[in-house]
Amino acid sequence: MPTLVHKSAPTETPVPSPSGTHATQPGQPTPATEPGGIRPRKPILAATGAPALRPAAARHLSDEQVYQLGVELDTLRDSIIATRGAKDAAYIRRVIRAQRTLEVAGRATLMLSKKKTALVAGTAMLSVAKILENMEIGHNVLHGQWDWMRDPDIHSTTWEWDFVTPAAAWKHTHNDLHHTWTNVIGKDKDVGYTTLRMAEDQPWKPFNILNPVINAVLAPFFEWGIAIYDLELEAVKDGEKSKADLKRDLKAVGRKVVRQFTKDYVATPAAAALLGSGKQALIGTFTANAIRNVWAHSVIFCGHFPDGVDTFSEAEIEGETRGDWYIRQMLGSANISGSKTMHLMTGNLSHQIEHHCFPDLPSNRYHEVAVHMREITERYGLPYTTGPIHRQVGQAWAKVFRLALPPKKSRTSPAAPDAGSPESAPTTGRSPLPMVASAL
Amino acid sequence: MPQIRALRRVASLLTTPLAPEDFFGLVNPLSSTRQLRGIVTKVTRETADSTTVAFRPGKGWNAHAAGQWARIGVEINGVRQWRSYSLSAAAGHDPAITVTAIGFVSTALARDTKVGDLLFLDPPQGDFVLPEHPRPLLMLTAGSGLTPVMSMVRTLVPRRQDADVVLIHSARSPDEALFHDELLEMADQFPSLKVRHWYTRDTGPDASNDEPRRLDLTDTTDLESLCPDWRDRAAYACGPAEFLDAADELWLRDGDDATHANLTIERFATVLLPGTGGEGGIVTFEKSDKEVEVDGDVPLLDAGEDCGVVMPSGCRMGICRSCLIPLVAGKVRDLRTGEVHGEEGELIQTCVNAAAGPVHLDI
Repeated sequence: MPTLVHKSAPTETPVPSPSGTHATQPGQPTPATEPGGIRPRKPILAATGAPALRPAAARHLSDEQVYQLGVELDTLRDSIIATRGAKDAAYIRRVIRAQRTLEVAGRATLMLSKKKTALVAGTAMLSVAKILENMEIGHNVLHGQWDWMRDPDIHSTTWEWDFVTPAAAWKHTHNDLHHTWTNVIGKDKDVGYTTLRMAEDQPWKPFNILNPVINAVLAPFFEWGIAIYDLELEAVKDGEKSKADLKRDLKAVGRKVVRQFTKDYVATPAAAALLGSGKQALIGTFTANAIRNVWAHSVIFCGHFPDGVDTFSEAEIEGETRGDWYIRQMLGSANISGSKTMHLMTGNLSHQIEHHCFPDLPSNRYHEVAVHMREITERYGLPYTTGPIHRQVGQAWAKVFRLALPPKKSRTSPAAPDAGSPESAPTTGRSPLPMVASAL
Repeated sequence: MPQIRALRRVASLLTTPLAPEDFFGLVNPLSSTRQLRGIVTKVTRETADSTTVAFRPGKGWNAHAAGQWARIGVEINGVRQWRSYSLSAAAGHDPAITVTAIGFVSTALARDTKVGDLLFLDPPQGDFVLPEHPRPLLMLTAGSGLTPVMSMVRTLVPRRQDADVVLIHSARSPDEALFHDELLEMADQFPSLKVRHWYTRDTGPDASNDEPRRLDLTDTTDLESLCPDWRDRAAYACGPAEFLDAADELWLRDGDDATHANLTIERFATVLLPGTGGEGGIVTFEKSDKEVEVDGDVPLLDAGEDCGVVMPSGCRMGICRSCLIPLVAGKVRDLRTGEVHGEEGELIQTCVNAAAGPVHLDI
């Protein structure tokens, strides 16, 4: 076990020490000492109790065991927080430096892309830069994983990323909605992004037959899909989001689109045109964006859609405790096994389970959390879904095809998610995937 | 320059959503649009506990007036920490701070700073500065309270033959007296400067007092012996709180004008009432999307910094008001007075207020 040191930052002498502070993370259970708070924004979860219906995979656990699990995970989180420091800060700065160097080098090489080797090299560098920028840097900074450094240059409140959806809009749909309501059908719109049918429990509609086509188009244009998704058009239609808010968000995304479009499809090719490489540079930037989009799409689909990942009904979150919240994150997420490079290129979303339990821990520490997480899930008899990327992507795509068709058998009530659908087969032995020991 | 600005705008078309400066930062560590930075150029050990750190600031720094202070940010174990320090270098020179190893941040700065380290800066501020017109001056300092006055002495004395400065400095011993040798040399060289060292623990050959004891400001005896014409001088004082309180009282009681002490004071620390802390509560930083449960004696500033919110801050003692944040809801307790207050929209001094129940702040 990690050493469990509660360290409160010492301060200058005249100021009382802030001992007794206990940070809670966004989307996380909050201590229930102030029930409801004065302006409740997040569901506040009780430490003890039981949900109306515990998910099938965790039904063998008693309330006491679930409580204990919650305490263990809180302790695990605290142990990482207590040891964050200069080494972690150096890590993220190193990644940012590498990413910016690659970005400059990639664009500079595209200036000479008249030559085929330069076109290939420039596009490759820019693709890797864009992937790092989105995943290991952007996604994680926007989660507040590096906020503890108090560096305004690397902070969730100031960061903007190389993606058409504005950071603020994404933080709302992703950090607030998706991470709080992970895989709850009807609440977590990330289950299919309101256009794909990605869970058995989503009712089949005729247009779902287009599932594979939509997904095939979505992959290379993923950032545009997310930008539209972040506008929450469905919420506007349902009256949950005001027209004024939509107008404001449209303006913000419009400005961002113009800037992003100008950079990759006007300014870069124009600069390259001075050296006779305009058209090739345009191909280069377009390809780099498409490669990044396909990669991000794949990694993200590996996070929640491979076999063995559960979805949940609203009944299962009724009365959810801290421990149950953690369990839902574990059951609703899947990891990707692989090398250190794989973890870096996925922005450590290869540690999706750890990320979902602790969304604001620094990404470079997830591999360390994973060792404990795996031990804990084994001890509590909970599934821990992981596998190499080709298999996880394959399973996600298989689901896209399978769910394009209406359910074969006569459907049981959608409120009973464990009614024999292939997705929610019995817990033990359900995960035939070899438990590849973490490579790190 | 308009050409440079136009060029920058063109460059930013290629760097969006980042700024060109973010890429220049790959080669020049001082380059940033968001945060003024400085690079440490010289580190001088002054006494066993004190170090002078000279630095070259990046673009955006304003030259300091003698006696001013600046907020300095330093990274300690990966976390940005901010404190305010008086600038000890003469006006017109590269800025320098003299730090005494008291407290967590100052200790790290005094002991671990190396040439080439990066500092984060806010431009200098403060009105503890020399008078506009030449006047006889009396400087009354204790301990590290000498630093802003040192900047004044270094600025004024070598340049003005007609200056007339008496400096009374109280320190524990000659070894611990900041700028000890430099002050004696200056006094030797310039008749316009008279230095009176007062020692509280071990006296030395240059001591103004025979017996080591505290400078007694409850009556005028000590002051009369050190500087008989003290009433005719514009006086500046800097040092610990009780030292300044005593000086302020003395000037009001025995000075020329009973309504206005002819004394300018620079304070380093404020006294927080002990035991004013109430029950505390959950503090929500709305825009930053952070929540933290705190005790009733933890300033909101510390609470925010502890959970990673980039909090504006300044003197950290309730004076400069650079830490103001609008209150969205809840009540706060002033740690200096114990008073509980909080209107919606009220600007809260986060460095001296703590949560009194749940608090929502607009940051």
